[in-house]
Amino acid sequence: MKKVAITGNEAVSQAMRQINPDVVAAYPITPQTEIVQIFSTFVADGDVDTEFVTVESEHSAMSATIGASAAGARAMTATSSQGFALMWEMLYIAAGLRLPIVMPVVNRALSAPINIHCDHSDTMGARDSGWIQLYSENAQEAYDNLIQAVRIAEHPDVQLPTMVCMDGFIVSHGMENAELLDDGVVRSFIGQRTPKYSLLDVDNPATFGGLDFADWYFEHRRQLAEAQTHVKDVVLDVAREFAKISGRSYGLFEAYRLDDAELAVVVLNSAAGTAKVVVDDLRDKGLKAGLLKIRLFRPFPHEEIVAALAGKKAIAVLDRADGLSTMGGPVFVDVRSAMYDAPGPKMVNYIYGLGGRDIDTEQIAGVFWDLAKIAETGKIASPVTYLGVRE
Amino acid sequence: MSANGKVKGWKDVPIGGLILEAGSADKYETGDWRTYRPVWDEAKCRHCMTCWIYCPDSSILVREGKMIGIDYKHCKGCGICAHECPAKCIDMRLETELEAERPESSGSAETGAPVGAGCGCRSKSSGKAGGK
Repeated sequence: MKKVAITGNEAVSQAMRQINPDVVAAYPITPQTEIVQIFSTFVADGDVDTEFVTVESEHSAMSATIGASAAGARAMTATSSQGFALMWEMLYIAAGLRLPIVMPVVNRALSAPINIHCDHSDTMGARDSGWIQLYSENAQEAYDNLIQAVRIAEHPDVQLPTMVCMDGFIVSHGMENAELLDDGVVRSFIGQRTPKYSLLDVDNPATFGGLDFADWYFEHRRQLAEAQTHVKDVVLDVAREFAKISGRSYGLFEAYRLDDAELAVVVLNSAAGTAKVVVDDLRDKGLKAGLLKIRLFRPFPHEEIVAALAGKKAIAVLDRADGLSTMGGPVFVDVRSAMYDAPGPKMVNYIYGLGGRDIDTEQIAGVFWDLAKIAETGKIASPVTYLGVRE
Repeated sequence: MSANGKVKGWKDVPIGGLILEAGSADKYETGDWRTYRPVWDEAKCRHCMTCWIYCPDSSILVREGKMIGIDYKHCKGCGICAHECPAKCIDMRLETELEAERPESSGSAETGAPVGAGCGCRSKSSGKAGGK
C-alpha cells in the first residue's frame, strides 16, 4: 500500500490497471477522457493484458463491452454525460442480459445548454436501468468502489452491471491524497471471472439476446428485480473483505454524526465532504446536525436508510439533479417515499450545484438553519428549493 | 412445462433470457407474419440454389440437391428469393388473394420438411401452407 497525491481520474485508471480487464472499449468525453487515455498508455506499455478497442461512439463502446462480457471476458468502459446518454439503450441491454460490466462514470451535466461541469443528471437518469450505482465522495472512494464493484457485479447472486460514479472536475481533476493497494493484493481480491454461460464456451452453448415476447419477458424482468434484492448483502460482504486488505470500511451509506442528530442532511458524492465540515462547525455551535451520505443508490437501501433517519426532527435531501417533476430531485423522491411509513420527520428538498455551480459551507449551514426552523415550527415554507440559483 | 406438469415460472428458467437449447427458433412459426407469399413455379426452376443461399429464414426446402418447395410455417414473405431468382420462377402473391383461391396442397407436409417441433397448432398458418 502506498500513499500518493492523485486525481480521481488517475486513481480510477490505476484501479483499472490493477483489475487488468480482458477488454476495454472506450470513447473520449470530458471529464472522463483522462481515465481511458491514461489506461491506453498502460496498454501501450504492456502493463496490462487488455484488448483495447477504440470505437466510434459511446453507443459502440457499450455495445462492444456487452459483446465482450457475453463472451466471458471481464469488460469495462468509462463515460460521462452525453456519452452516457448515447449509451442509453445499451445500458438496459447490459442489465437485461445480466452482464457484470463495471463502468466508472464521471458525473457531468446534460445539454442543453451545453455544459461540461458536474451534476448528477446523467447517472440519475439511468436509475431505473437495472445497473447497480455506487457513488464516491473523493478519489479514494472512487478507487475503492471500482475494485469492490468487480466483486459485487460478478457475484453469482447478483450478476448485474455496476457503475461507479464520482463528481466531474471536483473529484476527477482535483488532486488529493489517496492510498493505493499493491497490484497483487487487488488481483487476488478480485480473482478470475467464472461465468456460468458465455458465448465462447462451446461445450455449454447458449443463445444471448433471443426474442422474448409476452410469454417470457415478464419472468426475465422479475428475475432482474429479484437480483436487486441480493445486492445489499453482497455489497456489505465485499466491503467486509475489502476492509481486511485496505483498512477502510464501507457500508450502504455513511452516517456522519447522525446517531444523536435531530437535523439531518442527505447527500451523495463530493458535497458530502463539504457538508461534514458544516456538521462539525454547527455541532460546535450546539446544533444537533448530522449527515447521511448515500453510497449505494441503486438498488436503494430503503430499510437501512429509514432506520438511520427515523426519529429525526427535520431532514433536507440535497439533489444535484432536478427530476423536473415539480416535486423535487430523484434522491428526495426516493428518501421521502421510503420514509412514508416511518414516524414522520419533516422533509424538504434542495436542488443544488447544477452544471458545476459550487456549493459552499455557508449554503449548507443555511440548510441546517432552515431545518432548525422547520423542527421548531413544524411548518415547511418551501418543499423544494433551488439552492444557489440567482433569482 | 416442467417435470411436475406445472407451468414454469421466473425461478425455473435461466437468467437474462438465455436460451440453452439449440435450434429453438424452429418452434416459432413466423409464417403467419406473411403478407406476400412466394409461389414457386417448379417447371421454370433450374435448381440453381440462389434462393436457398439468399433466404434469411432457411425456408427453401431442398432434397438431394434440388429445390422441392417452401417452408410456409417459417417463410415471412420478404420476397428476397423472388428478387434474386435468375429464372424468375418465384412470384410474390398477396395472401388475401390466395386465401380466396383456397389452395389445397401443403408443400412442407408432403415433402417431410422440417416444420416446427413445437405446438404446430396454428390452424391459420397450416391452413395457409400451400404449395403452388
